[in-house]
Amino acid sequence: MMHDFLQFLQEPLAQRSLWTCAVIGFANGYVSALVVLRKSALQIGTISCALLPGMALAILLFGLSVLSVLLGAVFAGLMVGLGSLFVSRTGRTSQDTALSVLHTTAFAVGYIILVQLGLQQKVDDWLFGSIMSMGDSELLISYTTAALAVLLLTAFRRPLLMTLFDPRAAQTMGIPVRAIHYGGFALIILVLVSSLQAVGAFLTIGLLVAPAATLCLLTDRTNTIFWGSGLLGGGGSVLAFFLSYPLGWHLGACIALVLGAAFLLAYLFSPKYGVLRKR
Amino acid sequence: MVTEHPEHDHICWGCGQHHPHAPHTLRVEGLSAGYGAQVALENVSFEAACGHTMALIGPNGAGKSTLLNTLAGLIRPMAGTILWNGKPLREHKHEIAYVPQRNEVDWRFPLTVRELVEMGRYPALGAWKAFSVHDREIVERALEAMKLTALCDRQIGALSGGQQQRVFLARALAQEAHILLLDEPFTGLDVPGMEALARLLRELAAEGRLLIAGHHDLTSAPAIFDKALLLHRRAVAFGDTKDVLTPELLTPLFGAATPHLPTAR
Repeated sequence: MMHDFLQFLQEPLAQRSLWTCAVIGFANGYVSALVVLRKSALQIGTISCALLPGMALAILLFGLSVLSVLLGAVFAGLMVGLGSLFVSRTGRTSQDTALSVLHTTAFAVGYIILVQLGLQQKVDDWLFGSIMSMGDSELLISYTTAALAVLLLTAFRRPLLMTLFDPRAAQTMGIPVRAIHYGGFALIILVLVSSLQAVGAFLTIGLLVAPAATLCLLTDRTNTIFWGSGLLGGGGSVLAFFLSYPLGWHLGACIALVLGAAFLLAYLFSPKYGVLRKR
Repeated sequence: MVTEHPEHDHICWGCGQHHPHAPHTLRVEGLSAGYGAQVALENVSFEAACGHTMALIGPNGAGKSTLLNTLAGLIRPMAGTILWNGKPLREHKHEIAYVPQRNEVDWRFPLTVRELVEMGRYPALGAWKAFSVHDREIVERALEAMKLTALCDRQIGALSGGQQQRVFLARALAQEAHILLLDEPFTGLDVPGMEALARLLRELAAEGRLLIAGHHDLTSAPAIFDKALLLHRRAVAFGDTKDVLTPELLTPLFGAATPHLPTAR
């Protein structure tokens, strides 16, 4: 068993997957700090499911290619997000209600189209992720997005935090609050979409929330939360990789499981905010 | 810190200017503002000099927060001008510090007291410039002036109500702003907390700042603020607090809710 595993690690495919785990885990973890500080965990969860119909429509219209799938996903995410805003503004429905109705409907539409197109296997890959089946161009997109996200969130950390904490004061100090708000949202969607192939629409939510949720229980330093979440996301994903092969468990599920366990540990035993800490 | 209230003779903190005869003035002329097509504030004019604490008083929906938001540059005025020393206030963005209501921010946000105060240096430093010795000194001075030095490494949620109000004031000090705009700063404070904050605001004004605050408690206003602007969509009255807060002026606005005011000092 152990021998099998070591041999498996020698293969280029395994090494590539391992690297992908680390990079995507780190980028998602890093961005999770933004998701958590923005308090948009739930919103992101809903939108990630809404990506499916966009991808389905894009495939229907432009054929199966990485670019069309990505653009379709981004388009669907924005449509559902803005659509819910529109419905709540013009009608009597609150935005979270509208969001729930719109995203389940959108999901159903996407699912039906993809199954009709005979892409059942692809559907599974997008919902639950499959790092092994990622092509070169998909990897390239993932890595580029990861680098971009970390770079932007680091470079604009100062105005970003001020906007998140106290938007009105930030605006009086000349910070383009609205641009930062939409920019941050767009960046989250971008990272979500680019890691879809690796961890899947459902499980990526865990990767985009759990690391920072854990770090917030451990420290009050925003800098530590960002980098720590990145390390936890990357480290957790690598650990999950090593668990998933010998156990024969699904990799994406293992990642979510490891990060969930880390959160639970912090919730219970964090020296700072754990519920079981010594008082 | 100076506690008396010299009318025109003070040293402005930050700019360190001594200006006995020409105080910094904020001049608002014919200001109208609102949200969308809704006009909340119509043709408001007043002139206030640094060194004063000024209350915006009026019933709910009278336009107090609209005026604060317009002065802060959060709302674009529909008409009128706002001048600071004769120049449009928009060109002096660093001169304004906005102090939000305490319940407007999330106190569980992972920030320490010092980090929050450091945010006040943003107008001077922008997104990338590193903190210089000078910047660090200003932050330390602001912390010290607000008696927060001992608490500076605490997470902001660990502060009491009065301390939370002070940490925002410290950020405004670190910004070296001349005009402090405060949104209902006394809400939710107990009596000792209110008195301490009132003293602090007067001290800050005496050092050469202009403090403008929305305030809903008519009874406490005369003891805290030396100037008052009575608002009811339009400026009903403006002047020394004791002259503005009179039963003749207040009763038409507040009706039966007009409290019994302490007689003129």
